[in-house]
Order: sequence, then C-alpha cells, then structure tokens
Amino acid sequence: MSNRYEKLAARIDERFGEQMTRVESICGEVTYEVDRDDLHDVATALRNEAEFGFEMLMDVCGVDYLTYGADEWTTASATGTGFSRGVEREPVILDEADEFDPRRFAVVYHLLSLQHNFRMRLRAFTGTDNPPMIRSVVDIWNGANWFEREAFDLYGILFVGHPDLRRILTDYGFVGHPFRKDFPLIGNVEVSYDAEKGRVAYQPVSIEPRTLVPRVIRDDNRYSDDLKDRIDG
Amino acid sequence: MAEIQSYTMNFGPQHPAAHGVLRLVLEMEGEVIQRADPHVGLLHRGTEKLAESKPFNQTIGYMDRLDYVSMMCNEHAYVMAIEKLLGVKVPIRAQYIRVMFDEITRILNHLMWLGAHGLDIGAMTMFLYCFREREDLMDTYEAVSGTRMHATYYRPGGVYRDLPDSMPKYQESKFRSKKDVDRLNAIREGSLLDFIEAFTDRFPGCVDEYETLLTDNRIWKQRTVNIGVVTPDRAMQLGFSGPMIRGSGVEWDLRKKQPYEVYDQVDFDIPVGVNGDCYDRYLVRVEELRQSNRIIRQCIDWLRANPGPVMVEDNKVVAPSRVEMKDDMESLIHHFKLFTEGYSVPEGEAYAAVEHPKGEFGIYILSDGANKPYRVKIRAPGFAHLSAMSEMVEGHMLADVVAVIGTQDIVFGEVDR
Repeated sequence: MSNRYEKLAARIDERFGEQMTRVESICGEVTYEVDRDDLHDVATALRNEAEFGFEMLMDVCGVDYLTYGADEWTTASATGTGFSRGVEREPVILDEADEFDPRRFAVVYHLLSLQHNFRMRLRAFTGTDNPPMIRSVVDIWNGANWFEREAFDLYGILFVGHPDLRRILTDYGFVGHPFRKDFPLIGNVEVSYDAEKGRVAYQPVSIEPRTLVPRVIRDDNRYSDDLKDRIDG
Repeated sequence: MAEIQSYTMNFGPQHPAAHGVLRLVLEMEGEVIQRADPHVGLLHRGTEKLAESKPFNQTIGYMDRLDYVSMMCNEHAYVMAIEKLLGVKVPIRAQYIRVMFDEITRILNHLMWLGAHGLDIGAMTMFLYCFREREDLMDTYEAVSGTRMHATYYRPGGVYRDLPDSMPKYQESKFRSKKDVDRLNAIREGSLLDFIEAFTDRFPGCVDEYETLLTDNRIWKQRTVNIGVVTPDRAMQLGFSGPMIRGSGVEWDLRKKQPYEVYDQVDFDIPVGVNGDCYDRYLVRVEELRQSNRIIRQCIDWLRANPGPVMVEDNKVVAPSRVEMKDDMESLIHHFKLFTEGYSVPEGEAYAAVEHPKGEFGIYILSDGANKPYRVKIRAPGFAHLSAMSEMVEGHMLADVVAVIGTQDIVFGEVDR
C-alpha cells in the first residue's frame, strides 16, 4: 500500500480510535468498519474536517452476507469419495426470523476526497433488526438519496431519516427484495398478457432454477500469506 | 385573466426525447416545472444479481449492455476490479490498446450524445453528421472484436487479441455498386491502425464542422445558456462526475488525478466549464472529442513502434492458445478448467473506477474466494446525475426538461442496470 494511504489510515485511527475498525485489504485500499450507531457522526466528521475532506460520496450499496463462503461443490475433502458435477439445490427458505444474524446485512459507502485525492470505504452492519435499519446519510451527502433508495429496494434496508424512501428499480407493486441471497434468481412471479381478462396477469414462475457452473471455492496457495511472504522476503 | 392552476403531467416512459425508458412525473405551474419525479427501473435486468451466479469472465458481456453507447469503458472498470483482486499486471501493449479503445469509445459516446442532444432541441443535422463518424468507429470495434457494439474485448489480464492487420471490407451486392464499394474500401486497405489514423486525421475537421453549426448558433445558445445551472458545491454534494462536474468548473478527471493504465504517459488537457450550464457542458464535451483524438494519435504511434504480448501468460487466469491446447497436456487441463469452472479469485474486495465518457464508472467486487463474485456493485454515473434531475429543472419551462435530459447524457442501460 502506498505511503499516502498509510498516513490517511494512521490519521483516521488517531482521530476515531475505537469507533472505527480497520479491515485488511488485499489490494491496498482503505476500508473501515463502523458501528451503525456511530456511522452518522463518523461520516459527518469525515466530510467536514479539513484533514479528511471527503466531500463526495460516490456509492452506497447493500450487501447480504447470508451465504458468504458457502460453495456448491466440495473440493478439498472430496477426493476420497469422489464427487459428481451435479449441484443439489436446497430449497430456498425465506428467512422470516424475528432477528437476523448481526453480520448479515451491511451497507458499504465509497467516499472520495477531491481536495486530498483519497478514496476510502466504510462498512456498517445493520444489526439484528428485522427489517434491517440504519441512519441515512442524505443530510450529509445529498447524492446518497437514490443510492439509499436502491439499497432499500433491493435489500429491504430501512434508512432512518431518508426524505423519500420508495422503491426505485423494481416494478410498481413488486413484492420482496430481489438482491437478498434468499430471493431466487428466477424470481417468484412471471407476467404474461391474459387475452380473456384483457390485462397483464401475474402467476408463479414456471421455469426450473438451474446451475450451469457450480460455485467452487478453491484454496489457491498462490494467494496464501506465507507463500507471499517468502516471495517478498 | 384566467387562473393558472398547478397540475401534474406524465412524460414518458415511451417518449423520443427521454433517451430510453424514462418516466417523469412533472408537477407544473402553468408551463413552469415545480418538481420532477423521475421513475426509473423500467430497464432493470438485475445485472448485479446475474453476475453473482456466473464465473467472473462470463459477466464481461453483460458490462457491454450496461451503457450500450460506451461499451468498452464498462468492460474496462470490470476487468480492472478483477485484476486488482488477482494482482495481475497487464502487459504494456494491452494497456495502450485499452487506452486507445477507451478514447475511441469516448468519441463514440460523445457523438451519440451530441447527435441526440442536438436532435432533442432542434438541430436535426447534427444527428446525421454524428452518425456518419460513428459508423467508422463501429468498424474499428468490428475489426478488433468481431461485433460492432457488444465487444467483450477486454479480459482480465489484457485484451482478447492483438490488433488485426486488415480491415473487414464491403462487398459488391445488388444494393451497392462497384463504384460505391471501391470508395468505401479505399480507406480500408491497410491495417486497423492505418484506418484509425486516417480517422484521426479527418476527425478534427468534423468537430470544426459541428462547432460551426452549434457553438455560435443563436438558437442553440438560447436553448442551452443558463439552463440547468449547477454550482460546484452542489455538483460535489450530488455526487456528479465526468463532464457534469467539469462543466461546473471542478477540475476533476480520473485519467489525470488517479491515472490508470498508461494515462500518465500520454499528453492531454482537461477542459473545464465556468457557469455550470448546459452550454458549458456542451463545450466541455466537444473539447473532450478533440482531446480524445489527440490521445488516440499518441497511442497509434506507440503501438506501431512497440509490438509485444497483449495478454498475461498466466494460464491460471488466461486460457492458453488454441495451438498449445491441442498438443500440450497441461494446456489442455488449463483450458478445460478455465472453461468449465473459471478461476477463483482470492477473498477480498476491490473498487475500480474509470473515467467513463459519462463520469466515474466504478465496479465494486466483493469476493469470498469462489469462482463467482459474491457481490458486484455497479456505480453508474448516470444514476447519480439523474437523481439531480428535479433540482436541475426546477423553475424551468417544460421544453427545458428535454435540454437537461440531453445534457445529462442519460443512457438507461446503466441507470437501471
């Protein structure tokens, strides 16, 4: 990582201390995790204090960590018994629990400072609330408006204090939050024109989900830390 | 005197001036806009969700279909994000080819914008002129990738193949006489680089032609000067980027400020506006046409002098050549693994942004170590720009809405994703 970004990280550590936790990056980016209760204060400070000066918010996006690290195909332990190419699909169960895993939904902010030419990333997990909830940053960066609407639409994350939290990308009257990992890729309903009723009608999807390429996590030792150390050292 | 009442008007989603499927709900007081509420998402295809279910390379083609008038720039951000995660260093020749095609793409995009923007506010001829030049650039896409639009040319590790030595040629048919074919093929005799060079020779003249039609045109100025003014502070607040923020006088261009590929090796200037109105943004984009032309010239000279590989030779990421695959066991295994399973990307996250013709186009990839991304987020510049629509048209007349849509350079492929 370049020296400039190390200095930025050092300044952030010094200023915010416990409020922000540094996340290791494999490609030299500055990423911090921040508690959702601190988010608004931290964001205000990052924007207003001259030494940070993040006057632009480039992107806000939701992430659903439900199936993080899950693969569809055993690799390392399967050599003894053999494995087929078939992917057994477990039926998608809608997660209707009262409480979510506290590390299930996150909102990721990408900040940009024009005056210092820095970028950084903030991540805040939304806690156990169902629906997930977080403070809106629209009052800090007005450009966050539509990005937060999008995260609400696709992940069902509620942004407290947002002036106009409506769906934005999905259809009028859409049910569900399509980018959640428990929402099937093929969707739940399909539409067609019904000549008898003389209007467009919704019905349950008639296609089968299928997997063309299974999701595989390979333990690639080229990226392992001790090998990298040996090459670098 | 008749009492003027405020009312709500629906604009689109099928309106020729909406540049795609934009539905605007306008609250009006007479002919003056009080508030605009854009409804987007009519072209939402869930590109990001689809990407989560596909190996990394299969999503490159979807990137072309986002902003479908600047295809290769979209690909560029995507492959850069993957390269960042993989730690792959792209060969220098591939970097020059990418820069050259990024700039060709910028010209393609700005010509489309200029033509459509002109047409929207009454300059019919522009559309015809711009499409004449676009046609030649489409041919360069075809020569290098086989398709005129959806190229899938950039790959993680470089570009798919080196520049071809010959151009595709027109053939005689019952619709096209021998004389026509000879005329069209005259500039297509040499290599692709010759063809592009010939283009860059005549293109500044074409831009002069556009400028004589518009820059001092009384009607053009009446429609654009002082329309949709955005102050530098508001532009930053609203997350503007590209010509939209430069038109407001903020000197910010990723090609200069955070150079990627070989943008620090080429010489060019960033045009900046003063007033932040539609006219300044027009001037900025027209000057960008000239600057892009300049960059392309420099890339051509470099590419002629420096042959070399255009793809990394790491077969864990890039498929081996067909010939190798046929007579080398290891290459065959690599080929098989890459095309059935793809490559796994180390666990981590990366955000790669390019100076797309419309602004900052960023790709955020979150990987959990699998052969498919865990989450892909596309940061589309048009999305941020369109969200400021209401603010930009407030207090303007209905006809100015069209000028503002034009100046924002909206393409719904990227706004709706």
